[in-house]
Amino acid sequence: MDKQTKGVLFDPLFNNNPIALQVLGICSALAVTTKLETALVMSIALTTVTAFSNLAISSIRNYIPSSIRIIVQLTIIASLVIITDQVLKAFVYDVSKQMSVYVGLIITNCIVMGRAEAYAMANKPGISFLDGIGNGLGYSMVLLAVAFFRELFGSGKLFGIEIFKTVNDGGWYTTNGLMVMSPSAFFIIGGMIWALRVAKPSQQEKE
Amino acid sequence: MAQHSTGYTIGFAALVCVVCGVGIASAAVALADRQAENKKLDQQKQVLAVAGLMKEGEVLKPEEVKKRFADNIKPEVVDLKGGVAAQGVDPASFDQRKAQKDPAQSREAPPNNAKVLRLPNNALVYKVMKDGKVDTLILPIEGYGLWSTLYGFLALDAKDANTVKGITFYQHGETPGLGGEVDNPKWKALWPGRKIYDDKGTPQIGVVKGQAGPPASDPYRVDGLSGATITSNGVSNLVKFWFGPDGFGPYIQHLKAAGGK
Repeated sequence: MDKQTKGVLFDPLFNNNPIALQVLGICSALAVTTKLETALVMSIALTTVTAFSNLAISSIRNYIPSSIRIIVQLTIIASLVIITDQVLKAFVYDVSKQMSVYVGLIITNCIVMGRAEAYAMANKPGISFLDGIGNGLGYSMVLLAVAFFRELFGSGKLFGIEIFKTVNDGGWYTTNGLMVMSPSAFFIIGGMIWALRVAKPSQQEKE
Repeated sequence: MAQHSTGYTIGFAALVCVVCGVGIASAAVALADRQAENKKLDQQKQVLAVAGLMKEGEVLKPEEVKKRFADNIKPEVVDLKGGVAAQGVDPASFDQRKAQKDPAQSREAPPNNAKVLRLPNNALVYKVMKDGKVDTLILPIEGYGLWSTLYGFLALDAKDANTVKGITFYQHGETPGLGGEVDNPKWKALWPGRKIYDDKGTPQIGVVKGQAGPPASDPYRVDGLSGATITSNGVSNLVKFWFGPDGFGPYIQHLKAAGGK
């Protein structure tokens, strides 16, 4: 792997994380992170959509009339999302039921659109595909981390397996109600952004 | 980026639409069977759950679900108006939701609080069999909550056709955490033991604001869902509607007359 490929693939994890640095795609990070399972499926779905939409848009980037390029991008993204939703319904029905509208809302996820417009429109298909995977991974990392804390402290479980025995089941752990509500994701993401910017001062915004 | 002519732009847009359309259509067609299978399986799981044949959180393989369903449950198509089993309709292929949309198989519902617009002529009920006798009746219910139509099942003790054995909603779009709490096992656990009808045979059960007493002393009331008054009212309305004269009322009277056979 040469340096550029590596950079495209792994920069979005810490150096240029779409959620932590670009602050994109927060909405779904709040919605699907009460459980690790849904967060994982959402991550895979988003990574796939970002990668393939980047690939498709990049390969026709020289033919897209600039006056309708956003519409074309959205059409492609929307089609990919619908196909992903269909696949989820066919293979992991229970999870897709829990995620309900949020799969459809990948269409409006700023990461997909942002990468298509900012990267795929100006780069070759191969590297755009990797950029999609990289950004998807960056998103996934944050999503899974948030879901880890929310599921562990909110319901005492990880991937549905009991870690802390909760009071309701006769154990000792009193579940933290805040953790299952959306605002907790804000606190966790906020904390993560803070930690990341302390560790990498170059990400701090200048006054 | 070069400027393109209007014709090129329109042509390009059309081409993109065709390609995307074909992609979506082929995915939908290719996966339709699997999705239908999943939906049916999910329905059977819900029936098993409300019948108490599957514990909360129990994970079953698809074959086990099918086997348990086939072993214990007998579907029956009921003529709603007449209150007896409908003749010449195969329960295995009958789809109540489809029938409801078909003008030939449904009629306009009388004005009701559950906001049910169309009533199917026939409904699909499930009978849980035990030692050759009907043990529990599982009746489909639906009605409007705050944002969405709630679809579910209510399990009724076949002996008196009055005591609730369980309730579940398998499809709804209520606010998660508020109205969505109709899925909460703790709330659903408040239902068993309560009665639907009072002595005069009028459906009395309803969701009330605040807390209701234990089923023995307070049989017609169920605790409300905090922060979800409209969903709670919706549940009351839909249960009252489906157990009233336009819903399963005639069917249940027939059953009572026949002595719960």
